[in-house]
Amino acid sequence: MFRTLRTLLKEVKEYKRASIATPVYMILEVAMEMVIPFLMASIIDDGVNAGNMAHIYKVGGIMIAAAFLGLVAGLLGGRYGAKASAGFAKNLREAMFNNIQTYSFANIDKFSTAGLVTRLTTDVTNIQMAYQMTLRMFMRAPASLLCAMAIAFTINARLASIYLIAVLILGVLLFFIIRHATQYFMMAFPKYDALNASVQENVSAIRVVKAYVREEHETGKFKKASQNIYDIFVKAEKNVIVNAPLMQTTVYTCILLISWLGAKMIVSSELTTGQMMSLLAYCMNILMSLMMLSMVFVMISMSTASVKRIAEVLNETSTLTNPACPVTEVADGSVEFRNVDFAYHRDSTEPVLKDINIKVNSGETIGIIGGTGSAKTSFVNLISRLYDVTEGEVLVGGRNVKEYDMEALRNQVSVVLQNNVLFSGSILENLRWGDKNATDEECMEVCRLACADEFIKKFPEGYHTHIEQGGSNVSGGQKQRLCIARALLKKPQVLILDDSTSAVDTATDAKIRKAFREEIPNTTKFIIAQRISSVQDADRIIVMEEGRVNGFGTHEELLESNEIYREVYESQTQGGGDFDEKAGE
Amino acid sequence: MAEKKENQMPSGKMPGRRMRGMKPTVKNPGQIIKRLMGYVFKRYGFWYFIVIILIFVGVLANVQGTMFMKNLIDEYITPFLLTDNPDFTPLAHAIGRVALFYAIGVASVYAYNRIMVNITQGTQRELRNELFEHMQKLPVKYFDTHAHGDIMSIYTNDIDTLRQMISQSIPQIINSGVTIISVFVSMLILNIPLTVVTLIMVGVMLFCTKQATGQSGKYFIEQQTNIGALNGHIEEMMNGQKVVKVFCHEEESKKEFKELNDRLFVSADKANTFANFLGPINAQLGNVSYVVCAIVGGVLALNGIGGFTLGGLASFLTFNKSFSMPINQISQQLNAVIMAMAGADRIFKLLDEEIEADNGYVTLVNVTEENGKLLESDKRTGRWAWKHVHQADKSVDYVEVKGDVVFDGVDFGYNDDKIVLHDVKLFAEPGQKIAFVGSTGAGKTTITNLINRFYDIQDGKIRYDGINVNKIKKADLRRSLGIVLQDTHLFTGTVKENIRFGKLNATDDEIVAAAKLANADGFIRRLPDGYDTLLTGDGANLSQGQRQLLAIARAAVADPPVLILDEATSSIDTRTERIVQDGMDKLMNGRTTFVIAHRLSTVRNSDCIMVLEQGRIIERGTHDQLIEEKGKYYQLYTGNSISA
Repeated sequence: MFRTLRTLLKEVKEYKRASIATPVYMILEVAMEMVIPFLMASIIDDGVNAGNMAHIYKVGGIMIAAAFLGLVAGLLGGRYGAKASAGFAKNLREAMFNNIQTYSFANIDKFSTAGLVTRLTTDVTNIQMAYQMTLRMFMRAPASLLCAMAIAFTINARLASIYLIAVLILGVLLFFIIRHATQYFMMAFPKYDALNASVQENVSAIRVVKAYVREEHETGKFKKASQNIYDIFVKAEKNVIVNAPLMQTTVYTCILLISWLGAKMIVSSELTTGQMMSLLAYCMNILMSLMMLSMVFVMISMSTASVKRIAEVLNETSTLTNPACPVTEVADGSVEFRNVDFAYHRDSTEPVLKDINIKVNSGETIGIIGGTGSAKTSFVNLISRLYDVTEGEVLVGGRNVKEYDMEALRNQVSVVLQNNVLFSGSILENLRWGDKNATDEECMEVCRLACADEFIKKFPEGYHTHIEQGGSNVSGGQKQRLCIARALLKKPQVLILDDSTSAVDTATDAKIRKAFREEIPNTTKFIIAQRISSVQDADRIIVMEEGRVNGFGTHEELLESNEIYREVYESQTQGGGDFDEKAGE
Repeated sequence: MAEKKENQMPSGKMPGRRMRGMKPTVKNPGQIIKRLMGYVFKRYGFWYFIVIILIFVGVLANVQGTMFMKNLIDEYITPFLLTDNPDFTPLAHAIGRVALFYAIGVASVYAYNRIMVNITQGTQRELRNELFEHMQKLPVKYFDTHAHGDIMSIYTNDIDTLRQMISQSIPQIINSGVTIISVFVSMLILNIPLTVVTLIMVGVMLFCTKQATGQSGKYFIEQQTNIGALNGHIEEMMNGQKVVKVFCHEEESKKEFKELNDRLFVSADKANTFANFLGPINAQLGNVSYVVCAIVGGVLALNGIGGFTLGGLASFLTFNKSFSMPINQISQQLNAVIMAMAGADRIFKLLDEEIEADNGYVTLVNVTEENGKLLESDKRTGRWAWKHVHQADKSVDYVEVKGDVVFDGVDFGYNDDKIVLHDVKLFAEPGQKIAFVGSTGAGKTTITNLINRFYDIQDGKIRYDGINVNKIKKADLRRSLGIVLQDTHLFTGTVKENIRFGKLNATDDEIVAAAKLANADGFIRRLPDGYDTLLTGDGANLSQGQRQLLAIARAAVADPPVLILDEATSSIDTRTERIVQDGMDKLMNGRTTFVIAHRLSTVRNSDCIMVLEQGRIIERGTHDQLIEEKGKYYQLYTGNSISA
């Protein structure tokens, strides 16, 4: 825990001064607050009881000054507390985001997208709150407790010892209550999340629920979960509500004890009336600080989960590293797999890819076909070194991919991912992900190749059309074509299309392939597809089956010799096109 | 176009709509609070009343204790100092009395807190249950027109703010109110000039607090906007992180992030600074007020003006401390109440949402045939009939469920002003396989949504086995149709439970048989715990294809007379699909099937293929007939399409 905390605290950086200033000002505020009841005693004893008016004014003046000084210190403490915590949060977010940018695919797979988003948002907010609370209260509460206690002891040690005993008893009781309650709350939160997840599930699956007439069934399930939550929260809160009466009992007992003992001591001249009033004023201070302290502990313990989750992101180091003397030029588009085995996890017994040996010449077009889960995607991901092989080697342009500078390799091996994403911004901006410095003409040229210009031109704003987040304002087929264009803009030696034309109609698909053949003949192309028509005119076709190469050859050869290929072909014979993506463009 | 709309609303995403700190506006807070209180009182009225009384007792116990301070000094200590041999017995009695009142006070504080736990959690539970139950009855249209994130936040944020209001705000306002009044009265009794001084200081304090709150509120809104922008960016980038890697776009992405992050810092810094000011303002100005009273009171006591005593001063100073606190609490709680009102407003809006209307009276029953007559049976017989109780003469007719579906001149639009289906005519004879093909947004899914009455049509008639579907009870209508939807949704639970969703009393054997039929048995057995493997997050641990197979198994176990497959096999590779298809064909033998698919291999063997374009059926016929026609279907099929 301490080490993970250190990882986070490293990010305080330029806000160190504010982080130190905050508690200092808070202590100053406390000191001023503490002085006031102490001076009170003087007003009563040396002023009122002694009949000294001037003394009342003098001490009163000092008290007002103390109050204002306390105000200033308090404001400054607030100011720096805000700065330190907001700054810390900012640095944490930036450190995480920057570290995520160095992640490899394997790192990204480890965290879910939603998980990363939560860490960058909710978790950071939790830490920010806890940090501010710690800076402002963690010093303040003990300081106020100690100050008040010290002053109380100087006033009258015997009476002050009542407070000491009260603090100890209350402290121990609070500790147990809170620990007990936190346990219940910790148990309750996952249940609460589960309840919300079930609502979420029902909202998004409402059609399924209605189609199967399962409204009552689901409601019944929900009510059970809801009752569970009720039970556990009632249990937890039952503990928490003891706090207030307990606190009151302690305060009242202290007040009465001091009244009784104080009265006796005043009579025997061991105490003055003013001193007794001061002592009573400290009562609230001492016990409130204790309460506050317990709250800080609860808050800190609640944020430990967030601390751990953020540290995980910060401590994750990329699984891929650049070689010491990287090669930055890719000679040509030839690709070779030598005895390649690959598994996503080192310790998994069943490799995803097994015994791959394939040699592809520069400029060849290679189709890849295979059932769901046959590891087609895993296969092509190794070419641009999105993952490292477990066994064997992958060569591009005659060199092992591990010898290249990763950026250079990925600029030469362009991948259109299966789950492709467009970003909010204009079409041109999206295209220029491929090449920052591309001219408008170059952008239009690649769109023509990817058959994207025909629909872009129909948009009122053409190439300046704004794409919404995730590309939600273009259809699936349009999105795929834009993604292909973006990848082409890199002018790669090797181009990989991972099921990238599945939503594009057969005719357009054919047109794109024709353009590839005629306009970029020297680029090696890997085309993963479900449709036979998308691959049958490739130079050679790889048939994947359960992580192995089941067949490798031309369409005719495979039709002749490969059973799987023949089956797929037969199931799709004639056209094999589909009906999507025709109208509406 | 439901198909398209759904794409834009990924189910897992929860677009944050409401911004905390934003000043919510409620039109008629009076009505809402009345309704809300009615809600609480209906169930817990008696207890809430007890709570209010207990709060009173608690506050009064506290006030009497403070008042005792005056007596302690004036009536005991000061006289004691004047006698040589003071008698402590009356003081002991007095302290005993105070202690007793204190004890009563503490007991009532505990009691009302304990009661509040039940009231709060109970109200919350009942609201949740009522919301969920009501939500389940809402028409599909409601879910189309409301962002899922918004619906979710009613269950989370809104109920939570309401909980805070019921459990904290209201008792605290009552508590503070009682405290203010009793403390104020006590102060007046003790000394009027000092009370005026205290009031003035409270005024100053409230003014400063308001200034700080105003400033921080302004920046909190700004902060929320910036958080929204930053979170949006984070979500986008995390979703596209792999693309960022592939395009080596890390540096640009960092730069953009830094810009938004810095902007958030500036507003967060300011908002929190002003919020942090509240504490010292209240505490230190409270101290100033305390000091001023001490000075003025000291002078008054010294000169004995208005009979003011030292004991009076001691009590007054304690009251001074406990006067400003409740005032601040009330102003803080009022904010919470306004927030809660906005939440309550949304909760009630959902509860007021009209539920799916159902005027149907024809029900689905199991039947057996005896001597050519259909007899109702309460066992599952494998034969179904519509039980038609004629409204005029209460005579009962049984019509066997055959799956004869007729659309006659159906017009439909999700809104009245935008018709998406025009004059659709179709007839599916029992046992036929009917396919719909056409481009995205042509209206394929819409047609199937009309058969099961997810939506009601604007014009025309839909008949099911000769009965107008409006006359059939919705639950029974839907029970007779097995539907496998375009988006596969699974529920948290085991694989077995998910398949059993189709038929709640299905035996394990039936479930395995259905899984085998859907060709899902193989992969299920390979899962870590086989059929007992726990699925979470909409089956996130399965591939899209596997999820579709489970959805098919779920429909298969339901064993319905009519099946609708909406892109049910789109993510399954063609070889597996063929195996599944064989199983499905066996299952659907003799029953009507509606199929929507974009893969030609899926629809080729249909009895009738409808080609849709822009909400109209433009071609219909068997595969061979349509090929013969050389129309749209032919173009699509052969891939020789002339650009659309």
